Amino acid sequence: MIEVKGINKFFEETQVLFDINGKFKQGQANLIIGSSGTGKTVLLKCIVGLLTPDEGSVFYNDRDFHNASKSEIQDIRREIGMLFQGGALFDSKNVEQNVGFPLDMLTKMPRDEKLDRINFVLNRLGLVNTNKKMPSELSGGMKKRVALARAIVNNSKYLFCDEPNSGLDPQTAIVIDHLIQEITEEYNITTVVVTHDMNSVMEIGDYVMFMYKGQKLWEGSNTDILDADVKELQDFVYSNKLMTALKEQSA
Amino acid sequence: MKIIGKYFIFLQSLFVKRESFNTYIRLIIDECTKVGIDSIFIVVIISTFIGAVTAVQTAYNFVTPLIPRYVISLIVRDMTLLELAPTITAIVFAGKVGSNIAGELGTMRISEQVDALEVMGINSSSFLVLPKILACILMYPLLVILAGFLSILGGYIAATLTGEMTPSEYIYGIRVDFIQYNVTFALIKSVVFAFLISSISAFTGYYTSGGALEVGRASTKAVTSSCIAVLSADYLLAQLLL
Repeated sequence: MIEVKGINKFFEETQVLFDINGKFKQGQANLIIGSSGTGKTVLLKCIVGLLTPDEGSVFYNDRDFHNASKSEIQDIRREIGMLFQGGALFDSKNVEQNVGFPLDMLTKMPRDEKLDRINFVLNRLGLVNTNKKMPSELSGGMKKRVALARAIVNNSKYLFCDEPNSGLDPQTAIVIDHLIQEITEEYNITTVVVTHDMNSVMEIGDYVMFMYKGQKLWEGSNTDILDADVKELQDFVYSNKLMTALKEQSA
Repeated sequence: MKIIGKYFIFLQSLFVKRESFNTYIRLIIDECTKVGIDSIFIVVIISTFIGAVTAVQTAYNFVTPLIPRYVISLIVRDMTLLELAPTITAIVFAGKVGSNIAGELGTMRISEQVDALEVMGINSSSFLVLPKILACILMYPLLVILAGFLSILGGYIAATLTGEMTPSEYIYGIRVDFIQYNVTFALIKSVVFAFLISSISAFTGYYTSGGALEVGRASTKAVTSSCIAVLSADYLLAQLLL
């Protein structure tokens, strides 16, 4: 489980996060949602340690990340896998090398075992016969899957996904959503997903945290979100015609 | 002052939380290929022509028969060793390798590849930058030796083919009053220049933020800053070591 307590973050004089608290449970997909510029990615970067919060703490199974020793931080970081918005695949490495990179750097696994693990993960994510392809030869959806494979290849305990569906068509987006959910349940990972895609919320949102202007305004599950009594959340959820039509139909 | 302070903190960060020695060996070999082997062609072209031009222009300026002709090759030799080989090659090196380093790191930064390394618990600056700096320090002196040789050879070809000097006059000029320390001085300069070009370019690229436009700007800035640093260091080293 990951717990955030009282996170405040400033960029110079501007406060971008206001006293954020929340618990992201193991074995479920935890979603942070909100419009663009509400501080979702900043919060995610504070959680994974790419940014340091000005106040507050992040606990990984009761280990205080931002006040831990360097070796403890290193240990926690090696349990983290992250899927970045653009995939962040290393351009100079092929798929196999990209996916195997955490194993090369963080383990002393024998070469054969490493290759088996890479192939297992690639097969699990539906990436057959792509080992020698370069990132520039892959489609957007495939890049995301390779990045997801790299994030979980090292048996990560925590998986973070920053806008996993950005730039993907709706069908591929759903495939990625389902993969994230399946992997989360299969390996009992604590997964945190930042998104503004309502389809993702409805598909995989076991726990949803809604952010508005740097503040947490609401939390609950995707089954509760449609009836939530928060104006900003209602505006966000019913901002597109499809959701509005569904609401009218159910009414 | 703030940028200079940040630069020194950046340099310090290269040596903390390093990965295993074997990891760096592989990376340094890769970088040596990119930095050294891939720069040979441009160094060959430029140094040969600069040597040839130096010989022809020196001969052109020698209008009096009182100065022996072998002085032309003596001037080519000393100019090459003291200035042309280490410094002109450094400017070319900054343009080719420096902009490449800044562009590569800048692209990695804006496409979150640097963040991906950090999330994995890898010291991205050390992992990405240290092999580049070490490769430059290893390969650049070799390029300078090659440039020095080819520049003198270029001078020989130009001077003898145009009939300004006989081959024996040129060879005599090359050998007369030779100061061995000039070679040491050129190699000291090459190590300093390699460090400055690689570290300044890496620093500029590593802290790029924004998009493709900023990566382009970072590459240009890397070349400009490197050239200024090289020329300043050139003057300082000449004052201190000659």
